Amino acid sequence: MKIGVVTFPGTLDDRDAQRAVRLTGAEPVSLWHADTNLHKVDAVVLPGGFSYGDYLRCGAIAAQAPVMQSIIKAANGGLPVLGICNGFQVLVESHLLPGGLIRNEHQHFICRDQKLIVESNTTAWTNQFTLNQEITIPLKNGEGGYIATDETLKRLEGEGLIAFRYKEVNPNGSMNDIAGLRNERGNVVGLMPHPEHAVEPGFGPDTPVAMRSGVDGLMIFKSVLQSMVNA
Amino acid sequence: MGIFRKKIASGVDTTASAAATPEKEQPYAALGLKEDEYARIREILGRRPSSSELAMYSVMWSEHCSYKSSKIYLRQFGEKVTPEMNKNLMVGMGENAGVVDIGEGWAVTFKVESHNHPSYIEPFQGAATGIGGIVRDILTMGARPIAVMDQLRFGEPSNPDTARVLSGVVDGISFYGNCLGLPNIGGETVFDKVYQGNPLVNALSVGALRHEDLKLAKASNPGDLVILFGARTGADGIGGVSVLASETFDSTGPAKRPAVQVGDPFAEKVLIECCLELYAAQVVAGIQDLGGAGISCATSELASNGGAGMRVQLKDVLKRDESLTPEEILMSESQERMMGIVPKKDFKKFKAIVDKWEVEFSVIGEVIKEDRLYINWGHEEIVNVPPRTVAHDGPVYERPVAYPAYQDKLIANSVKASKLARQNENASELAAQVIQIVSAPNQASKKYITDQYDRYVGGNTALAQPDDSGMIRVSETSGLGIALATDANGRYCYLDPYEGAKLAIAEAYRNVAVSGATPVAVTNCLNFGSPENPEVMWQFKQATAGLADGCLELGIPVTGGNVSFYNQTGDVAIHPTPVVGVLGVIDDVARRIPSGWQDEGHNIYLLGTTKDELDGSVWSEVVHSHLGGKPPVVDLGFEKQLAEALNAASEQGLLASAHDLSEAGLAQAVVESVLRFNMGARIWLDEILERDGVDRTAALFSESTGRVLVSVGREDDVKFVGLCEARGIPVLRIGVTDNSGELEIQDVATWQLNDLRGAHEGTLAELFG
Repeated sequence: MKIGVVTFPGTLDDRDAQRAVRLTGAEPVSLWHADTNLHKVDAVVLPGGFSYGDYLRCGAIAAQAPVMQSIIKAANGGLPVLGICNGFQVLVESHLLPGGLIRNEHQHFICRDQKLIVESNTTAWTNQFTLNQEITIPLKNGEGGYIATDETLKRLEGEGLIAFRYKEVNPNGSMNDIAGLRNERGNVVGLMPHPEHAVEPGFGPDTPVAMRSGVDGLMIFKSVLQSMVNA
Repeated sequence: MGIFRKKIASGVDTTASAAATPEKEQPYAALGLKEDEYARIREILGRRPSSSELAMYSVMWSEHCSYKSSKIYLRQFGEKVTPEMNKNLMVGMGENAGVVDIGEGWAVTFKVESHNHPSYIEPFQGAATGIGGIVRDILTMGARPIAVMDQLRFGEPSNPDTARVLSGVVDGISFYGNCLGLPNIGGETVFDKVYQGNPLVNALSVGALRHEDLKLAKASNPGDLVILFGARTGADGIGGVSVLASETFDSTGPAKRPAVQVGDPFAEKVLIECCLELYAAQVVAGIQDLGGAGISCATSELASNGGAGMRVQLKDVLKRDESLTPEEILMSESQERMMGIVPKKDFKKFKAIVDKWEVEFSVIGEVIKEDRLYINWGHEEIVNVPPRTVAHDGPVYERPVAYPAYQDKLIANSVKASKLARQNENASELAAQVIQIVSAPNQASKKYITDQYDRYVGGNTALAQPDDSGMIRVSETSGLGIALATDANGRYCYLDPYEGAKLAIAEAYRNVAVSGATPVAVTNCLNFGSPENPEVMWQFKQATAGLADGCLELGIPVTGGNVSFYNQTGDVAIHPTPVVGVLGVIDDVARRIPSGWQDEGHNIYLLGTTKDELDGSVWSEVVHSHLGGKPPVVDLGFEKQLAEALNAASEQGLLASAHDLSEAGLAQAVVESVLRFNMGARIWLDEILERDGVDRTAALFSESTGRVLVSVGREDDVKFVGLCEARGIPVLRIGVTDNSGELEIQDVATWQLNDLRGAHEGTLAELFG
């Protein structure tokens, strides 16, 4: 199975996302921002970073990149797409997910091991979790405050479109503690925390058992493999 | 800037007009050149310099670029070495950064550099471009940068200006480092009133490369193209090097605000990826980053290093502002630029790669055989110099040195002589001192700052703040990795700069050793006051001797570094602050040792012995606002023994954790160890008092060197104690970990871990949040 990982100029976590894909047993395929060719991948990851310097608005320029035109079309056709951090911002700017992401409430960049609740386990990227499972995933962002209109929030809550919610600490002032969203179909998921940083013992978040041994992020990549098997 | 603006009205000052008008007065003094230096330039050229040549010499001969006051002392880092020490050194001092062979075909390059003065004037951009500059130094060696660290010194936390400087500096590091995708794996933050008007912002970067990818900054093949690529050249940082780094802040003098460079991390990130692709395609024969002294530095150094010359057309430089004069272009310190030496046959490949990354470039010249640097402005020749005279043959000074008048009095004013009160038998007072110390700004958790840095990016971070050292995996196949720690204690160095420098290297060395890695090399950033003050020069002389002797004793070489002078406000110099960085190598990062306690029922051992050493200590500072006496005695032979014992214990898997004892002694180490993973402990001091003959105050707060706190599982107890005894390491069981949620220090106090955490982690957020 082939999973595409997009590199925009300014993308930072592309190599990390490729490693996560490899550790799950799939083959990572590098996708270049200026190329519309998706190389027949079975799923796409939009990794974190500061695409195009995050000038204008985070993710706004990337949403106009040639590769995104192919991805938007494919996502609307059911291709699994995961947006992590800057990737989540790109998904929002591409209107594949609703709302917006703004500067953290406290005005600082923040890096922390973040507890999340999995609120939807019927998506291509979350089917390996149990409902309401508590997981710990590193979070690192400067502009991760989720905002949406009352109407949109109501719809997200009512239709079960919230994929992840922050637990204990809301690190950036996100409305309704929203950490990640899914679309109706369940093939598109975006989240601010970085699952690709919790895939390998020794390099993930601390757990009560051992230092840096958290690998909760692996389940996200395993989920998409499972969804491909089922498809 | 104004100086040159006037000139352009009367046309460009060419080499011909320079020859024709020998009597013309030139503003060499305003550019920081002394009369005899100016005379030497005239002698080298056989005429007066053109204004462009004057600009080049003035920046390249500034203290910052030429090391003119420090050179005679820095030589000993290359002299006090053994062949054994240099056997893994691939590139030593003098290049952009030292390169160390770490095995398996991998090499590592690392360096620490100062950006002190710009960071006081404009904290955000000063700190940001400090990161940008050091990262380009690493990139220039052919390496992929893999991590950064920062060493910060600020004034009193209560002074309102400290919040301005700290917030700006931390935001700048966060902004630039995070956008580059480099994990920030540690550093230092120290507050002291001596840094109030002159904060220190040092930045360290480390990179990894395969041996065959090593690049050097030289242009040696005639016919090769000289290509400037990356950001366009603008008016930023003009004169920053000579004006900012070589003058002291005072209330008079011209406004220097525009001299600080402005950084664009996005441009730098793209430049990094672009350069790495150029290296992989083997299309650059030599490369140099543009930092201090911009094009003046890059052209003269590349030519001088390569033993060749260069012909450059300055009009071909891509500019942000078309009104820039040739002198300004030569001096501009615009960030995110590189100069590549590209063989003509490889130009097409070069162009394809830079075009892919949408990086702008222009061919500005060609390497020539003749040992001469010619720079033209259109048809007019404005520079015609031997490159070596600009880049490497700057002035060398043997500045006067004087033993400070205050030194003897300072040393005599020890903790004992001052009869500082001790609360040995008053448990509640002692307990209050523990809390007072672990919540003091210097000892408090730096989480408020480090949480603003990305420590995860890259996926190879094995250790980071608050662990004793940062650790990064280099090889994903074998787990081969590196550890890095930096240290400097300005208070110790003020009391005794020679011993203080040795103490800094001892602590950084120990910090690396407790992580399980083997220390292999050293970098340094020597922050001092004015070299024109003989007492400061004495401090510098002592500190460099201490550092060189220390390195020789430990058997690890200095691979490079940086000197920052003129760190003072008015006549008052900062404490001498030689920041020392130690690089370690570990065969498999999976073997790294955590710095705190994770498992209940483990025995806690104190390695090394405790003496009554409180002069210059945190206890004397925080509890008594005192500074005097002599710093702790350092025994580098023992430090080496201790490091080897830790390494052996780690290889046998005997250590559950290890944490070095340094500032604020045992009390600080115990509090950090319980808080790291929220594991309780019971500690007893009686056996320390008995064996070492010290009182409770010393047992808790003494800063004796050569000590490490370790925890060991019960099953490994006998083996571990046996290993220490066989190696002559004093070992004493002083406690046990438990799940009580408390820390008990017998006969002192019992604290809830939550209360301790509040005290330790709350301080900086309260002050600056």
